[in-house]
Amino acid sequence: MNILVILLDGLVYSSWLFIVSTGLTLIYGVMRILNMAHGSMYAIGAYTAATIVGIYFNHGFVPWGSYFFFISGAMFAGIIAGLLIERGILRIMYGSDEVIMILVTYAILLILEDVIKFIWGVEGYFAYQPYTYLGRSHIFGISFTNYDLYLIIVAAIIGVILWLWLNKTRFGKLLIAVINDQEISVAMGINVTKVYIITFAIGCMLGALAGGLTAPGISIVPGMGIQIIIVAFAVVVIGGLGSIGGALIGSLLVGMARAFAVHLFPQIELFVIYGVMALVLAIRPHGLFVRAKVRKI
Amino acid sequence: MDKKTHMILLCCLLLILIGNFIFPKWLTFLFNISLAKAFIVLGLVILMRVGLVSFGQGLYYCIGGYVAGICQKFFGINDFFMILLIGIFISLIVSFLLGLLLCNYRDIFFAMFTLAFSMILYGIIVKTETLGSTDGFNVKLPTYFTISSSFATGKFLILLITILIAYFVIIYIRKFFNSELGYISLSTKENEIRVEYLGISPKIVIFINYSLAAILATVGGALTAFVSGHVDPDMAYWTTSGEFVFVALLGGTMHVIAPFIASILFEFIHMYAYDISPNTWQIILGSILLLIIIFLPRGLWSIGEIFRKKEVKDASNS
Repeated sequence: MNILVILLDGLVYSSWLFIVSTGLTLIYGVMRILNMAHGSMYAIGAYTAATIVGIYFNHGFVPWGSYFFFISGAMFAGIIAGLLIERGILRIMYGSDEVIMILVTYAILLILEDVIKFIWGVEGYFAYQPYTYLGRSHIFGISFTNYDLYLIIVAAIIGVILWLWLNKTRFGKLLIAVINDQEISVAMGINVTKVYIITFAIGCMLGALAGGLTAPGISIVPGMGIQIIIVAFAVVVIGGLGSIGGALIGSLLVGMARAFAVHLFPQIELFVIYGVMALVLAIRPHGLFVRAKVRKI
Repeated sequence: MDKKTHMILLCCLLLILIGNFIFPKWLTFLFNISLAKAFIVLGLVILMRVGLVSFGQGLYYCIGGYVAGICQKFFGINDFFMILLIGIFISLIVSFLLGLLLCNYRDIFFAMFTLAFSMILYGIIVKTETLGSTDGFNVKLPTYFTISSSFATGKFLILLITILIAYFVIIYIRKFFNSELGYISLSTKENEIRVEYLGISPKIVIFINYSLAAILATVGGALTAFVSGHVDPDMAYWTTSGEFVFVALLGGTMHVIAPFIASILFEFIHMYAYDISPNTWQIILGSILLLIIIFLPRGLWSIGEIFRKKEVKDASNS
């Protein structure tokens, strides 16, 4: 087996993991909420994209135009769902323990799982047209779908935009102030509530975007959010919760480990993701990119 | 435990036992399975008293179930007590090794680390064809010191054994809660550094509590396997562990009996919700979880506490 094929396959999977996990780590970094409902955002994004693709191609519009509609549709659905969750439930829970917040978002995940079934039913959805439209390429004698290869570029673009947004804009600077000291930020006149709302909405949007981008390549079925969230957890915990750079390294580690496992030792495919997670946690208890906190009495 | 509580406990357990002859079969099964699962929940409550939430208690639940199945299928061991001892021994080794590592972790890192371990076991079992892969395999009813029984008596015996174990576990875990170590566990939750200043290692406290929770989960897993007659890798999947966390929160950590009541309640809600409307089961579960967290953060048991306080208040006012 050509090692380059494994690397490329790993890179495709890593890109996907990065898109899935950035929103999760962003929300944790700012709000200290490990958002389990991120899995539902992924599912909502995927279902929305599939619905839009279905309507679009039924009307016989030009195929290349569909990309704009299904991607922006998924993002929009993510923002709306994020705002509803933040304003409806999380708002009253701020200040609770981190573990309590996990349980709150776990409850939201459970509720949304059934809400999704109510809206879209329990039958599987397919939105293959955008996936097959881009064709295939032969690299090192192995056939890759172009859609998957473009995913690498999309992940890079998302990474760069996030970096610019966090480091080069006024809002990014406010965000860093809030991350470092929420009380002082309030005293300095920063509207922390607004920062929270925007961060949560953008985090959810990224989750839904990940779902939307994945939708054309898979069959969309109930329960997909529950499967995804656990992999996303592994990625962000490996990199260090709250670190975008960490999410990138975590995605690459998990993506490559999985690709090697799938190609060389298929028996350990599932084991390897959590194996890497346990190994990293054992060596660096707070993940690769986060320093341990000083204990306070 | 005072005499009154003791009598109530005995009566409840006896009622379930006698109920075996009066109630329909499904109801007895429901009681039996909820009592078996309550052991895992009790383990979680023990961990919650030290301030830790495990999202991977399914690991030991699954070990308990699969040890029972493997003993029967591959080694021809069918004796209940032998299987239980082997299960406890294995879970002690696993919890000893993992506990050494996990006692350094707190909060979400503890939750995530325990989750990773249970998912590792899930990943291994799913890919092992000799263990039935994703389908799992069937488990027979056990024998007791080579005494085998018919199916109906076997079902009764497993109920009897579950009730007996539940009785002793409740008595001894209650004693543990009221022992020095039990109180230190509570203080570790409140403030670890102060406990350390008093000359006690919080890590050892966590280690002991973790191992205890692991043993309870293993016992629960083995009992569940015998009662339901089947094991599958979903026992180690994170949603199973999540369900146990839910039941633990439902009961609260205030009394050792709370997990048992919560477990029975949970199985009833589960059954009726599935029966009436299978697609709204998770909405019901999620909504109850939210309501409990917001309004009853100390679990259903605290309802009694609220009423008692009200009575005291009324009495002092009058």
